[in-house]
Amino acid sequence: MQFHELTLFDARKLLDAKEISSVDLVTALLKRIDDCDGDIKAYITVDEKGALAAAQKADDRMANGESTALLGIPLALKDLLCTKGLTTTCASRILENFVPQYDATVVEKLKDTGAVILGKTNLDEFAMGSSTENSGFHITRNPWNFDYVPGGSSGGSAAAVAAQMCTASLGTDTGGSIRQPASHCGVVGIKPTYGRVSRFGLVSYASSLDQIGPITRDVRDTAIMLNALCGHDPRDTTSANVAVPDFTTALDQYDAQGLKGMTAGIPKEFLAVKGLDPDVEKAFYDSVKQLESLGVAVKEISLPHTDYAVAAYYVIAPSEASSNLARFDGVRYGYRDTESTDLIEMYKKTKSKGFGDEVQRRIITGTYALSAGYYDAYYGQATKVRSLISQDFSRAFEGCDIIVSPVAPTPAFKIGENMDDPLTMYLTDIFTLSTNMAGLPGISIPCGHGKTGLPIGFQMMANRFDEMALVRAAYGLEQALDLKKQFPEM
Amino acid sequence: MKITKKDIEYIAHLSRLEVDDSLVDKFADQVSRILQYIDKLKDADVSGAELMSGAALDTNVFREDIAHIPPGPSVTLANAPERDDDFYIVPKAVG
Repeated sequence: MQFHELTLFDARKLLDAKEISSVDLVTALLKRIDDCDGDIKAYITVDEKGALAAAQKADDRMANGESTALLGIPLALKDLLCTKGLTTTCASRILENFVPQYDATVVEKLKDTGAVILGKTNLDEFAMGSSTENSGFHITRNPWNFDYVPGGSSGGSAAAVAAQMCTASLGTDTGGSIRQPASHCGVVGIKPTYGRVSRFGLVSYASSLDQIGPITRDVRDTAIMLNALCGHDPRDTTSANVAVPDFTTALDQYDAQGLKGMTAGIPKEFLAVKGLDPDVEKAFYDSVKQLESLGVAVKEISLPHTDYAVAAYYVIAPSEASSNLARFDGVRYGYRDTESTDLIEMYKKTKSKGFGDEVQRRIITGTYALSAGYYDAYYGQATKVRSLISQDFSRAFEGCDIIVSPVAPTPAFKIGENMDDPLTMYLTDIFTLSTNMAGLPGISIPCGHGKTGLPIGFQMMANRFDEMALVRAAYGLEQALDLKKQFPEM
Repeated sequence: MKITKKDIEYIAHLSRLEVDDSLVDKFADQVSRILQYIDKLKDADVSGAELMSGAALDTNVFREDIAHIPPGPSVTLANAPERDDDFYIVPKAVG
C-alpha cells in the first residue's frame, strides 16, 4: 500500500509503530498532489514549505514519546477557514490576497494536536453553490470522472479526499455543502449539530446555518476527526456548552451490539420528490435493506413541511448573506477599486468587481427579502416555516433514532449542466438543507454507484447532539456494504 | 413576483452593488424565477408558529468582564488596502 492510500487510523498505527514518519507521509501526499491536482484542481493553495516544517515538528514530538490522534497527520482545509499567515480566499477574487492574522478555532485545535495543514481547498465562492463551479479561480473536477462536478460547496475538500491528496479534510455545511460533495465523490462527510463545532474564524455565509465538519475516507476516521473538532468555544456565542463524548466509542458500541434496538425513519415526503434518479432510489432502498438485516427497525415517517424547505432556505440563507457580506467593502481588507473618487462609488465598484455572479445574485435576493414592505412576507414567513420544519423533526425523533434519505436526487451532474439555471441548482439541496434549518447533525456515506460509475451517498440524520447514533449506524452500514476500499482510478 | 430591470438597479443600490449592465436583464429574469418559487411560502399555514431565526441553544452567554489587550494596528490593519500608519485611508466621504 502506498502512503497516500492510508486512512487516518492506519496512518496513525504506522506512525506510532515508527514504520513511517510524518515527513514520509506528507512528502507522499505532496507528490500525489503534484501528480493529480493538475487535472482535478481541488486545491487553491498548497503550503508545501509549511506542511514539511509541521511534519518535521510532529516527528520531533513523536520522537519525544508523544502520540495524539492527529499528530503528524496531513489534512486539507476548505479555504473558508482562517489560517494565520496562510492566504484565505473564500474562492473569491475579493479576498485573493487576504492573509488572516489569526487561526480559526478548529485550525488552532488541529495545529495544537500536531496535525499538518497541506493546503486550502476550492469551494463555491463564499460557499454559495452546489458544484464548486462558482469558484472565483477555477472549477474542481470529480475524481471519478473529470467531466462531472465534485458537488459543492466543499467540492475541493471532498475531491481531495477521494483522490487521496490528503488523509482527511475539513468542509463547511450551510445547506448540504459537506454531505452532498461527500456523496458525489464517494467519501464520508458529516455536518455536526449546530453549536457542536466552533465557527470562530469561519468566514460567515449564513451564520445561523453554517457548521464545520470533517470529510474522511471512512467512518472510523470521521469519529477520530469529530473528537478533535468538537467542544465549547467562548469565542463563538452560538457554540454549545455541552459534554462531548468520545465518538470512537460508537464504533465499539456497534462491535458489541450491532444496530439492534435502533429505529430508522424514512420521510415519505423525501421519496416523493420529483426527479429522483432511479439509481439513487435503488441504492437507497438496498441500503435500507442492509440496515434492516443489521437489526434496525425501519418505518415510514412524515416531515409535512418538506415542500417549503427549499423556499424557506433560499430566503434565510441569502438574507443572512446579504448582511454578512456587507463587510467586504474595500476598507479594511481584500480588494479595493482604486478608480473611485467617492466612498459609495468605491463600495459599489469594489463589491461588484470582487464578487462573482452567484454571490451578487444572493445578496440581491437577500436584500430584497429584508427590504421595507417585503420583510414580513419573505424573511418573517421563512423563519416561521423554519420553526415548523424544526418541529416536524422533533416529532419524528420521538419515534425513531435516525432518519434516513438519499443525499441528493441524482449522482454528480456534468460540469456546466446547471450553471445558467440557479433555481434548478437550488432544488438539488432538497434532502440536506432541512437539517441545517433545524440545527441537526447529518452524515453522508457511500452506498453504491450509478450507471455512469459515479458514487451515490446515503444520508442519516439524528436528533441534536446525537452524532453518536450517526457514527454507530454509519459504521454498521459501511461494514455491511463494504465499499470503503473503492476509490477512483487515477 | 416579477422583478424588473429597475428593481434590480434599486436593490443593487441598497446592497451597494453596481451590477454590470450586461447582467441586469439576466439577474432580473433569474431573481424573478427564484422569487416566484419562493412565493410558495405564502401557502404555508404558519398560524401559531414562532419565529426561528437561529438553531443555537436557548441559553444566554456571559463572560467575565475582563479587559484584554487588543492586538494593535500592526495586526488589525495588516490587510488594509490603503493605510497611513494607524489609520485606514478611504475616498472622500463628505463634500
